[in-house]
Amino acid sequence: MSKFKDTVISPIFDNNPIALQILGICSALAVTSSMQVTVVMCIALTLVTAFSNLFISLIRNAIPSSIRIIVQMIIIASLVIVVDQVLKAVAYEISKQLSVFVGLIITNCIVMGRAEAYAMKNPPIPSFFDGIGNGLGYSVVLLAVGFVRELFGAGKLFGIEILPLVTEGGWYNPNGLLLLPPSAFFLIGIFIWVLRSVKPAQVEEPEYSIAKHTVAKEGV
Amino acid sequence: MSSKDGIGKVLGVALALCVVCSVVVSTAAVQLKPAQEVNKTRDLKRNILQAAGLYDASQSVESQFESISTRVVDLRTGRFTDELDPASFDQRAASKDASSSAELEDDQDLAKISRREHYSLVYLVENSGSIEKIILPVRGYGLWSTLYGFVALESDANTVVGLGFYQHGETPGLGGEVDNPRWKAFWPGKQVYRDGDVEIALAKGAVDPASADAPWRVDGLSGATLTSRGVTNLVQFWLGEDGFQPFLTNLKAGEA
Repeated sequence: MSKFKDTVISPIFDNNPIALQILGICSALAVTSSMQVTVVMCIALTLVTAFSNLFISLIRNAIPSSIRIIVQMIIIASLVIVVDQVLKAVAYEISKQLSVFVGLIITNCIVMGRAEAYAMKNPPIPSFFDGIGNGLGYSVVLLAVGFVRELFGAGKLFGIEILPLVTEGGWYNPNGLLLLPPSAFFLIGIFIWVLRSVKPAQVEEPEYSIAKHTVAKEGV
Repeated sequence: MSSKDGIGKVLGVALALCVVCSVVVSTAAVQLKPAQEVNKTRDLKRNILQAAGLYDASQSVESQFESISTRVVDLRTGRFTDELDPASFDQRAASKDASSSAELEDDQDLAKISRREHYSLVYLVENSGSIEKIILPVRGYGLWSTLYGFVALESDANTVVGLGFYQHGETPGLGGEVDNPRWKAFWPGKQVYRDGDVEIALAKGAVDPASADAPWRVDGLSGATLTSRGVTNLVQFWLGEDGFQPFLTNLKAGEA
């Protein structure tokens, strides 16, 4: 049982798909300006990763290696279409806000990455939990970014006013930058910085060392 | 080379997988279609109510929409027609069908829609037999996309009640600000016609309330010149001679 726990827990901080593997950044920028949308996106991605891992792992011994990437894509794409259809039927408003980003889960590197790196080599049940774990790892970063962006960018959380805005008679002057996608870059950067300060093992070895400063020689 | 990689095996796996996946996807699509249609209609009705300033989030959209009657107008004559059933009339399909629409000349085609349908839906808010508000569907090209929305007018067919778009693909934060309630709040009370011509337009920047044109001007969207121009064009087209102006004239004269 502790092995299952490991597969689920370790991607959250020790091997976080966004912070350590730097995967899935694009959707982290786009869908984190409000918590409600972020939560739906996190659930959608976690489910897709878990089930695509499960199904790919189930048929992993039958997949010919020459077409394995395409097989993975077909399974992922089918799951994403189903998720998109369900969202349109039960949460129309949110699906309108997420618009293309649900469809873009297909190209999210986390889903493909886990399918190729884990599900192709492991039995179905651990693969399923690996998908859940990586989905949660993605969700932790997204929720943290979404929290800061909505709270300080719009003075709200889940659409409920927390900091009354100056424009509506309150005292809080919102930081407009936080509502624009680039702000998520800074926040993810800070998240990675904090994480690597706490867990120095995640710091990468420098690929190059800067050469020593040399004094120019005159008159040679 | 193992048997797993033989050509027969590759084709077999690919074929079986495609069949399974397509069954799953099409089942989901067919099963969920009714729920999606309901959502779409509700969204449309909510936008109509919002344009008319009648929307109340605490009540169901359907019960509020009961106070609105839907009619079909023949845009060529500017009169109501009973030839088509408003419940089943698909205006977007009609605008693409050569038999139910007409091509627009370049100088007519302000809104860049290339074809205009012969018939259009209109929504009326009536109170004991007299029309209180008129809600008209409008559409036109902005910067990236066609904006679809509604303009609501008072019974004088000149004063704006509200405007809103329910579908567009403009840049979020710039042209996408057409959805911002604070910008939409500039519209109510503005005048459409001056001496019989459509005069309403978006200004560049903020409108000076002291200027003589102020009743016909709405603040432009900052950073979105082309979307602002598109909104001006589509409003001017649909409220102009090739749009609803003949109908509105007839309606005011009681001849529609």
